[in-house]
Amino acid sequence: MAKQGSLASRLYRGDISYDIVGNRKRWYVLSGVILLLALVGLFGRGLNLGIEFEGGAEFQVPSANCSVEQVRDAATGAGASNPIVTELGDTRIRVQTEELSSEQSQQLVQALATTCDTTAAEVKIQLVGSTWGGEITNKALQGLVIFLIAVTLFLTLYFEWRMAAAALVALAHDVIITIGIYALVGFEVTPATVIGLLTILGFSLYDTVVVFDKVKENTRGITAQSKMTYSDAANLAVNQTIVRSINTSIVALLPVGAILFVGAGLLGAGTLKDLALALFIGTAAGTYSSIFVATPFLCQLKEREPQMKALASRVATRRSGLDRKAAERAGKLAAADSVASDGESASVATTSTGSQPDTTTGARKERSHRNQPKNQSRSKRGKS
Amino acid sequence: MAAPTKIRPWRTLILLFVITAGLTVWAFWPGQANTPRLGLDLQGGTQVTLVPKTVDGGDPVTADQLSQAVEIIRQRVDGVGVAESEVTTQGSGGSAAIVVSVPGENRQGLEQQLAQTALLDFRPVVLQEASIPGGLLPDEATDPEVSPATEPEAQATPEATKKSKKAKKGSAVSFEPTPTPSPTTDPSEVRPPIQSPTNNSFLQQAFQALDCSKPENIQGGTPDKVDEWLVTCSSDGSAKYLLEPAFIRGTQVTDAQAQLPEQGAGGWQVNLTFDTEGAKALADVSTRIVNLPPPQNQFGIVLDGLVQSSPFFQEPILGGTASISGNFTNTEAKDLANVLKFGALPVNLTVAEVTSVSPTLGADQLRAGLLAGGLGLLLVAVYLLFYYRVLGLVAVTSLLVAALLTYDVFVILSRTVGLALTLAGVAGAIVAIGITADSFVVYFERIRDDVREGKSLRVACETGWSKARNTLLAADFVSLLAAAILYFISIGNVRGFAFVLGLTTILDVAVAFMFTRPLVAILARNQWFTRGGPLTGVSPERLGVEPGRELLEARATHAKKKQMKNKDEPPDEEEKVGVSAGAEDSTPTSRATSKDGDDA
Repeated sequence: MAKQGSLASRLYRGDISYDIVGNRKRWYVLSGVILLLALVGLFGRGLNLGIEFEGGAEFQVPSANCSVEQVRDAATGAGASNPIVTELGDTRIRVQTEELSSEQSQQLVQALATTCDTTAAEVKIQLVGSTWGGEITNKALQGLVIFLIAVTLFLTLYFEWRMAAAALVALAHDVIITIGIYALVGFEVTPATVIGLLTILGFSLYDTVVVFDKVKENTRGITAQSKMTYSDAANLAVNQTIVRSINTSIVALLPVGAILFVGAGLLGAGTLKDLALALFIGTAAGTYSSIFVATPFLCQLKEREPQMKALASRVATRRSGLDRKAAERAGKLAAADSVASDGESASVATTSTGSQPDTTTGARKERSHRNQPKNQSRSKRGKS
Repeated sequence: MAAPTKIRPWRTLILLFVITAGLTVWAFWPGQANTPRLGLDLQGGTQVTLVPKTVDGGDPVTADQLSQAVEIIRQRVDGVGVAESEVTTQGSGGSAAIVVSVPGENRQGLEQQLAQTALLDFRPVVLQEASIPGGLLPDEATDPEVSPATEPEAQATPEATKKSKKAKKGSAVSFEPTPTPSPTTDPSEVRPPIQSPTNNSFLQQAFQALDCSKPENIQGGTPDKVDEWLVTCSSDGSAKYLLEPAFIRGTQVTDAQAQLPEQGAGGWQVNLTFDTEGAKALADVSTRIVNLPPPQNQFGIVLDGLVQSSPFFQEPILGGTASISGNFTNTEAKDLANVLKFGALPVNLTVAEVTSVSPTLGADQLRAGLLAGGLGLLLVAVYLLFYYRVLGLVAVTSLLVAALLTYDVFVILSRTVGLALTLAGVAGAIVAIGITADSFVVYFERIRDDVREGKSLRVACETGWSKARNTLLAADFVSLLAAAILYFISIGNVRGFAFVLGLTTILDVAVAFMFTRPLVAILARNQWFTRGGPLTGVSPERLGVEPGRELLEARATHAKKKQMKNKDEPPDEEEKVGVSAGAEDSTPTSRATSKDGDDA
């Protein structure tokens, strides 16, 4: 942990910098592949919708005195055609059937209670009319649309429209991935899943807002200088907030993980598990997307602005002069580099100027670091 | 970027303390419920969601009709006799729903009782027959009689009732059953209500073929067309009827009361009042059929296509009020009166969802929810302490304050507005642990950022806040937006979740501004904290920064002091903070300290 603390510091000062914005194509490809898989799952396999959406009946009976087979026979005997019988944890058996009338369900409950040697009152019953499920879905979609409009307005006012657009792209990314995983694995989608999904929207945006806030701070008055492009500044912001993003995600995932553990482990299924599962997948995706999708996408949008283009060319001119000096220094301190890069060499570009052993100048140098990222990978500079 | 001018941390802390103490006292005031009311999924019970639709299915249900329906259902639920049952509406217009919650034991068939409120009409009887071909009408099915309520002296004498009973029994037998299977109607297809514009052979055959002993034939729920002839069963399946088009609709019944007759003779009776049109129709029909042989002097009270009762006229009823008497028990009379009075409602109710949870399962789910919450809180606390040390302790205390406030608000809202905590709500509260802790992480990381930029701890705590504040407000605003929209748009479980999420988001902001922030500000004035030891979680060494000269001097002075006079050590809270932090995470601290040394 202490190690991470110092890594965080180096990230903050830009001693180590993951070139996230510059390598956007890599992240886009990665996300694209996952999204493609998700869409294949969604349209190929389709979602496994629970009875709340399709209409039907579900019963849960304490299973201390009966087996799945017995329960299936009892359900079929009581008039259910093709009941789906599953075990929930060790304590309960669940029976799902098509829509039943009130009388039919009472017969079935009686049969289940008799088979499992319990009373009808102990059987959990859920009957859902098929039109009701449609209503729930409509409501959820309605809420989603209103939420998206409201959030776009807010983000446009608080940041700017490009950030709102990038945040929404990240949001869509998270939601599609979550739904896709549900389709691929065949997890059952219940209203609790929908709640989870809607909460992910909030989480995903929370993360993105935190990162964008830093981007906004770093790029304030950026056109007044010619040391760094918008992408450079944004990349620095991402690196500076990476530890924060990881921490907020861990902190958010810990309780969700606890729900998942308790929900799946002790109850077998139900609201808790469904909710936590969607949240877990979505939050993980949200952390990834706020760093690797939202910011690169934002930079793409921003770099199209004329003043940002002008800035980029100014920076390029200035750097071609500085590059030679930097190369000399880098050669001298190559040994220090290999220590600092910490096995992440593929995506890490380091220079030694601010690294740990150089403590003699450390404190004074700090102030200049923010405006002078000496850490940009050379390949990137060549491009811009 | 400048630090806010003169903040007074103690004042804010005391304000929060007063608020928290006030809410806690209110929540835990003896003699009242000191725990949140639990939803049905946690305490066990049955929840029925009913969707009202107008009879013709065209226009959306008006708010007026909806509140009428709720009133009726509430009365029916009260009839079930369980305290704390509740009837609420969700949504409005085309997507309105009525949610009925009855706590406690699992109640099967509740939905039938509730949804029964439906279309009512009165029809003259043409044919009546016991449901089992050749059988007698069971004694219980003996029909009541109806007489004008305005003339109590004309009310049925016991003799008259007996006579009429005999006559009716005879009539039932007199209809020779001719069980010739109809060629056009397959008996298996016959399901009431069977209707036709005229009394034709199709209707006759359907009447013969109808088997009212089959449960699917007495299910009801299908409204009948008032201006057509009707073949159907009685609601208990004991008899079948061929009925004329309706002469009175349910809406024309203005009142129905269960009463004991004034003379005290006989059982309970139901007194009816009709509006002008209904009174006229009643006068016409009663005059026309009163002298016909039974069962044609009877009329069927048809609710949702099933005959609830088929009293016969004792005399023409001209005054617009009538009473139906028979040997009703109190309950029977009340039920019939309710059907007559409220069956008139111009909406159909369909049962959209029924959920029934046993108290055992409810308790299991509550336990699981609390366990998950406790575990989640513990994990987050351990992580925060491990990573942020003393600041982590501040965060954990803040979390506990937020948890206490949430609990207080829940208890108070349960008591005042009847808020019920559902499993989804519990899940929302657990998820909120993470979101609340995130706010602290954002703040602390800002402090650390500023320390990395070379600011002293004292300054970093101020500047960090002024930067984190806006991020916090923006991010929490998005969460609140999500919660509010979810709450107002959605139905069912989602609302409970959204409510808790919204509430905890607001409390999160309150705690961050009124507790965490002032506490950090106080810490920032603390000498031990600003010396930036490894326990603080923001030691410059750990953050990879060379400590400033100011800081080094402060440390040197402190070390000197310590050496010189151990007794003189300031006995104030700064040491306590250090001690408690050390006690809470001694292992990680010691390990981290050694590593810090390596790194620096």
